[in-house]
Amino acid sequence: MSDTGIGVSVKRKEDKRFLTGKGNYTDDINRPNQSHAYFLRSNVAHADLNGVDTAAAAKADGVIAIYTGADIEAAGLGGLPCGWPVHNQDGELMGEPPHPVLAQGKVRHVGDPIAMVVAETKKAAKAAAALIEVDLADQPAVASSPKAIEDGAVLVHEQAAGNIGFDWAIGDKGEVDAVFDGAHHVTAIDIVNNRLIPNAIEPRVAIGEYESATEDYTLYTTTQNPHVIRLLMGAFVLQIPEHKLRVVSHDVGGGFGSKIFHYAEEALVTWAAAQIGRPVKWCAERSESFMSDAHGRDHVTHAELALDADGKFIGLRAKTLANLGAYLSTFAPAVPTYMHAVLLAGVYTTPVIYCNVVGVYTHTVPVDAYRGAGRPEATYILERLIDRAAREMGIGQVDIRRKNFIQPDAFPYQTPVALAYDTGHYDGTLDAALKNGDVDGFEARKAASAENGKLRGIGYSTYVEACGAAPSALAGALGARAGLYESANVRIHPTGSVTVFTGSHSHGQGHETAFAQLISDKLGVAIENVDIVHGDTSKIQFGLGTFGSRSLAVGGTAIDKAMDKIVEKSKKIVAHILEAAEGDIEFDGGTFTVAGTDKTMQFGEVAMAAYVPHNYPLETLEPGLEETAFYDPTNFTYPGGCHICEVEVDPNTGVVDVVSFTAVDDPGTVINPMIVEGQVHGGVTQGIGQALLEGCVYDDNGQLVTGSFMDYAMPRADNLPNYNVATESTPCTHNSLGVKGVGEVGAIGSPPAVINAVVDALSELGVTDVAMPATPQTVWRAIQAAG
Amino acid sequence: MSEISMTVNGRAVTADAAADTLLADFIRQNLSLTGTHVGCDTSQCGACVVQVDGASVKSCTMLAAQAEGAAIVTIEGLATNGEMHPMQKAFHEYHALQCGFCTPGMMISAIDLVSKNPDPTEAEVRKGLEGNLCRCTGYHNIVQAVLAAAQEMRG
Repeated sequence: MSDTGIGVSVKRKEDKRFLTGKGNYTDDINRPNQSHAYFLRSNVAHADLNGVDTAAAAKADGVIAIYTGADIEAAGLGGLPCGWPVHNQDGELMGEPPHPVLAQGKVRHVGDPIAMVVAETKKAAKAAAALIEVDLADQPAVASSPKAIEDGAVLVHEQAAGNIGFDWAIGDKGEVDAVFDGAHHVTAIDIVNNRLIPNAIEPRVAIGEYESATEDYTLYTTTQNPHVIRLLMGAFVLQIPEHKLRVVSHDVGGGFGSKIFHYAEEALVTWAAAQIGRPVKWCAERSESFMSDAHGRDHVTHAELALDADGKFIGLRAKTLANLGAYLSTFAPAVPTYMHAVLLAGVYTTPVIYCNVVGVYTHTVPVDAYRGAGRPEATYILERLIDRAAREMGIGQVDIRRKNFIQPDAFPYQTPVALAYDTGHYDGTLDAALKNGDVDGFEARKAASAENGKLRGIGYSTYVEACGAAPSALAGALGARAGLYESANVRIHPTGSVTVFTGSHSHGQGHETAFAQLISDKLGVAIENVDIVHGDTSKIQFGLGTFGSRSLAVGGTAIDKAMDKIVEKSKKIVAHILEAAEGDIEFDGGTFTVAGTDKTMQFGEVAMAAYVPHNYPLETLEPGLEETAFYDPTNFTYPGGCHICEVEVDPNTGVVDVVSFTAVDDPGTVINPMIVEGQVHGGVTQGIGQALLEGCVYDDNGQLVTGSFMDYAMPRADNLPNYNVATESTPCTHNSLGVKGVGEVGAIGSPPAVINAVVDALSELGVTDVAMPATPQTVWRAIQAAG
Repeated sequence: MSEISMTVNGRAVTADAAADTLLADFIRQNLSLTGTHVGCDTSQCGACVVQVDGASVKSCTMLAAQAEGAAIVTIEGLATNGEMHPMQKAFHEYHALQCGFCTPGMMISAIDLVSKNPDPTEAEVRKGLEGNLCRCTGYHNIVQAVLAAAQEMRG
């Protein structure tokens, strides 16, 4: 192992610019002669938009232009597209109501943009927006999915009867119902998976620019996937051919899913830049982020688990209402279906499963993928159900899981809900977590807590997720309108240094280090001689970007494939120069050797020979040393693991204190343990945030009650413990690196571990359920209700 | 517009700004020091924290005019002659940053914390940083970095 290769906690190359204030975030970019945009947004959830009078505002100081829905319609701009529609149970493709970039005829959620003001300064644009007279006729609104499907509920879209966006199912309902009819025991649970607001600390920013002489457009934007934005915005909204549109996304201050999607502001600043002949910059205020960034989760589920007398799971059925918000965001339909219901086998051998998911429109911000995206919701259903079943049947929490685990010799394992797991070792991660979390000492700690007047509880979650999206053919068959491969170009320079152009995007994940480690490991190039370039469609061949824990498993494997091509070509060069047979050339750690001899060439010498081809097989081989690979995975990857949480609850106040959190995850081969641990820390924190603190609240009129950091409780340093995290890896069998992914496991595994711990702590008081977020008020009320 | 003068990272600066210009905007826009970040509009996130006359201040809560004559230190001024501050080194060593957006404010808050309490406990570090939001790291490594930097700064 080299000191900068695979498996080493190399300190991050990208840190220096962030630590010294030299990052290049989108709001740090200012273009010559730029103007500033401000969006006037709806302050009501549902209204007829009868007119927008911009006359007074247009005369305000510094105003350059004002655009409304009517202008957008006249200009022929398209609506925001949905990238992954799903099919209804009856086989029909779901409907796709229009999603105009500025409201037309109606506003459908608080934050729906009505007008765009472009002015000399942001202050002038904002001041002018206050002068716009909007004729809104308020209509009743519906914010929750159960209320939206009630008979007579007000419609969000005329074309979506009953506010149903889709009615999707997986599994054989009759077969599953028959199993339930004969079951020894059935455990049922009603779950609300609370709506979350992603809140990357960097708000979204977009700058549009147009060069009239060449008709080239540039969009600088805070995105996780610049090529996807180029494709969606160019092809569907603005009709700009790809070669005339550049999308740039340098440093991005966190995404967590919310910066995957194509947003209206991106298209509008780009379009407006051409209209006024000047760059247009927009930077969201945090209050805008709350009402315009896609939200996450918001599932309402009834689920049941059927068990035999031994506690073996024999069937599972669930019905989920998934709140879609007011419009379809880019990947919204895929999240509660193909990223949620197909995970309901979990790490268990449950033979039959049925799940019906109904996507519901409401007068709220669109809902889409947020860290974990569907898989946290599935894990929460399973692990809460199992926890409750164990209590009802008098089986231990560890025992009930063990007796239902898919065993190591059962892989590859075909679940009843489409997925085929390649590897895993669920007893292994459980055993390690029991040890690392000192579960044997729990009773003593519980007694000590009791002496202090605190109730101590322990909660378990054993999970699997599916990431590394995705086999393109499979995704296409399921409705995806894009391929889900990734690309890499590895450019070896004449002196042997390396630039990698990757379609993956880094917004905190440390690709500039981890990807460089791949190069260093295989090619033997010093890590300081490797640069990783991402986030600019004018530099990078193509890419699908970063989401769904796919960067290493798909983007990293593409880099590995490109390196294989480099080595293959290099061997031809070496064979020529050393006058040996190509098949006799071996390569290891940067040195080519003719097998069985002491004849060698260093990688750098080969690079120079490729670019200075004086002694070179020019008749059969092109000069230069640069290779591109597009890698399309053959399966998802399946990280799994065990999370164990201990809490102390103050029964007088309902305050929950997470006193320990142990995670043992299986992310496959680990490239950089330091970065992997950091990803788990962050994911677990978002999971604890969901379990105890965070909850987006709409009132019955569709007003966003949690519209700022004053009202929406983000996890802070003093809410959290130190974490005890470790990995127990089983390498992925279907990519060359053996990697699975780690970006989302923390957020997937942790919420049920926390809530199961709270329920455990309160079980002696008769409490059997606590809703997320388990705030002091919620917990105190649960205690009072049980008492 | 009025002329506002202060010392920023040891350099005397003067710029014209409207009376209602926030210190954060003055630093970012008038001085083009973009290392100071703005992450919210309610003074909750702490990304914009800078030193004003030695104390950490959320620069979105202060008018530039109120900083007239003050000595300001931003993230760009933490290193000395190219040598990173012990807090910067510790954040690197302990992987206390991911996307880097909260990092400038987080480090300046942490430096203030350590200057007032040179030997803090873990709990004191956590309490002391509750005004700075980080969405990436879960704070675990930030706390380790601050404890390590405190030890280094104590010598």
